[in-house]
Amino acid sequence: MDQFQVKALFGGDVSWYTPTNVTLWMALTVLAATALMVYGARGRALVPSRAQSAAEMTYGFIYKMVEDVAGRDAVRFFPYIFTLFMFVLFANLLGLVPFAFTTTSHIAVTAVLAFTVFFTVTALGFILHGTKFLKLFWVSSAPLPLRPVLALIELISYFVRPVSHSIRLAGAMMAGHAVAKVFAGFAAALGAAFFLPILAVTALYALELLVAVIQAYVFTILTCVYLKDALHPAH
Amino acid sequence: MAETAASGPGMPQLDVTTFSNQIFWLVVTMVVLYFVMSRVALPRIAAVLADRRGTITSDIAAAEEYKLKAQQAEDAYHKALADARAEAHRIVEAAKADIQAQLDVQIAKADAEIAAKASESERRIREIRDSAMEMVSEVSQVATKDILESFGGKADAASVSAAVAARLKAGAAS
Repeated sequence: MDQFQVKALFGGDVSWYTPTNVTLWMALTVLAATALMVYGARGRALVPSRAQSAAEMTYGFIYKMVEDVAGRDAVRFFPYIFTLFMFVLFANLLGLVPFAFTTTSHIAVTAVLAFTVFFTVTALGFILHGTKFLKLFWVSSAPLPLRPVLALIELISYFVRPVSHSIRLAGAMMAGHAVAKVFAGFAAALGAAFFLPILAVTALYALELLVAVIQAYVFTILTCVYLKDALHPAH
Repeated sequence: MAETAASGPGMPQLDVTTFSNQIFWLVVTMVVLYFVMSRVALPRIAAVLADRRGTITSDIAAAEEYKLKAQQAEDAYHKALADARAEAHRIVEAAKADIQAQLDVQIAKADAEIAAKASESERRIREIRDSAMEMVSEVSQVATKDILESFGGKADAASVSAAVAARLKAGAAS
């Protein structure tokens, strides 16, 4: 499990401001995102280059997601959601580089992201709709006797959201890396049959690449869904 | 694994002592990334996309305009063609009428000439016939007189010519 260890870059104890491998890989995440979105799109060409095209497609993909899932009025939160997507995507992908530290495999990181979304969205709901935001828990289409029960269930599910939101991402990242590590350990232990676990690791790596992108997508789309609830709480 | 054991039991993810460090750097990262994205990257890409959309729209409008022009040119061409056809038709009709008129004049002239010639011929035939009749009656009178004289008869000129005229009339009638 040492691949998940938080270590100070220049030795010494880890205090809250110490530059650690977390710092390094988060900085690389920012650099990678900047490389794509700023350096890649530097041409501002009418007919885009390959990198610019990729940047534009990412932009269009998230923009459309926000518009479709959360509604047209959610577009003012687009930069925030886009930042979340870029961070999670590049943190996941950089985590797949051998010897890398995967920042998103840490529950502390994903929990901060998820709870930020949760508090933002909840506050937004109350600011925009006042107490009417609570109608989100009051399923008016259900028969009256059922409504309190449903309200309780809705309330619980609402508060579970940030937990599942964060644990899903951290869990998926951690599990993939741990399994890869276990298979790599087999390769050392099996001797002559070493190629079998190596094949398995290769296949697993392809799967992890997929998971890295899908988890970033899932994290973003869930943010959009929660945002939609805050903007349009009525069922 | 030895290192894990050294740093405490369980997963490093649950090591609360590193949380403050991670959260601090995460907040720094997110703030930096947010500013880079929202201030630089996203407006730039939005501008490029809007620019492209504008260019495409104006290009499509221009193409529409050219299409309209082409349509107009085609219409003008068709109109010119139809005009030319009508003109040609008109010329052909005029020529036909002209020829017909000339033909009519010529035919009338020819008919008149033919009629004149025919009447002339008729007149001459009548003349010939009349002169022939005259000659016949003259010859007959002379012959009759000679025959009567040779028989020793005394021919009275008036009675002979009357008899001959009667006989000739009867011959012509039969």
